Amino acid sequence: MTQPIQVTVNGKPREFAAALTFEQFLDELSLAGKRLAIEVNGEIVPRSRFPEARLSNGDRIEVVVAVGGG
Amino acid sequence: MAATDKLVIAGKAYDSRLLVGTGKYKDFDETKRAIEASGANIVTVAIRRTNIGQKANEPNLLDAIPPSRFTILPNTAGCYTAEDAVRTLRLARELLDGHSLVKLEVLADPKTLFPNMPETLVAAKQLVSEGFQVMVYCSDDPVLAQQLEEIGCVAVMPLASLIGSGMGILNPWNLQIILDRAKVPVLVDAGIGTASDAAIAMELGCDGVLMNTAIALANDPVRMARAMKLAVEAGREAYLAGRMAKKPYEASPSSPTSGLIQKTG
Repeated sequence: MTQPIQVTVNGKPREFAAALTFEQFLDELSLAGKRLAIEVNGEIVPRSRFPEARLSNGDRIEVVVAVGGG
Repeated sequence: MAATDKLVIAGKAYDSRLLVGTGKYKDFDETKRAIEASGANIVTVAIRRTNIGQKANEPNLLDAIPPSRFTILPNTAGCYTAEDAVRTLRLARELLDGHSLVKLEVLADPKTLFPNMPETLVAAKQLVSEGFQVMVYCSDDPVLAQQLEEIGCVAVMPLASLIGSGMGILNPWNLQIILDRAKVPVLVDAGIGTASDAAIAMELGCDGVLMNTAIALANDPVRMARAMKLAVEAGREAYLAGRMAKKPYEASPSSPTSGLIQKTG
């Protein structure tokens, strides 16, 4: 049995049923296919690693996009 | 304009010396139309947390301003520490597929948006060591501008007045000292209010001008974008042409002084 995990996504607590891959995580949040970047605990997770890298309990995750700015 | 007069930053040549931001527009359609009218090649964007689980089909800025057509310049506006700025640009580099040209901006206080120069120097060093090509928003202190160049920044971008203030070029003398010393491009970043401000910056010899609010908050942003394009071109041409000397106490008629009709005596 997989254990549910608690993480923080963009400053808010979230719970997932299992240690998802980042690809599954983005699917779960309806963000699949978007132009974005992910940092976990201060380290970049390269897009190429989304299929195999997994969330871990307690991760602090930042998901960012480009927005209008000067 | 001379085909050879290009803005060269980090070895890459750009036709336009006007760089524009993408903030404060009504919507992405207006953003797109204003940026097209500006003729800008380099367009700044901010990096922010995405909305989670709200609108799945939310439009994306980079669809309106595609990286295939524009050089996207991610900036760190809103960061108050070197650490946050560096993290933001690492994310930006990943977001933009390894693109390394960035705008560093570390702010000191939310009221004036003056740059925090000690943190800016720390962040610039770190980013240069990580292979970023750093264009840096800075105070108009010539000593600090030179230090940023020595660190390896590819362009220095002193403020002309406060960000978003539209107050124009308040200290042309400091800009002139920076211009006289710099070996990297110097761009005025912040403070432009209207077309004449942009022209003045270019007449001083600036290599370019970066602006956002002056266009986005004009009554007609698309028209102002066109005005800024023309002003930057006019100012650059005037700089290259070399203006006449100022003669404050000596008038000089434009018409011949002989051959006037006279009452015959």
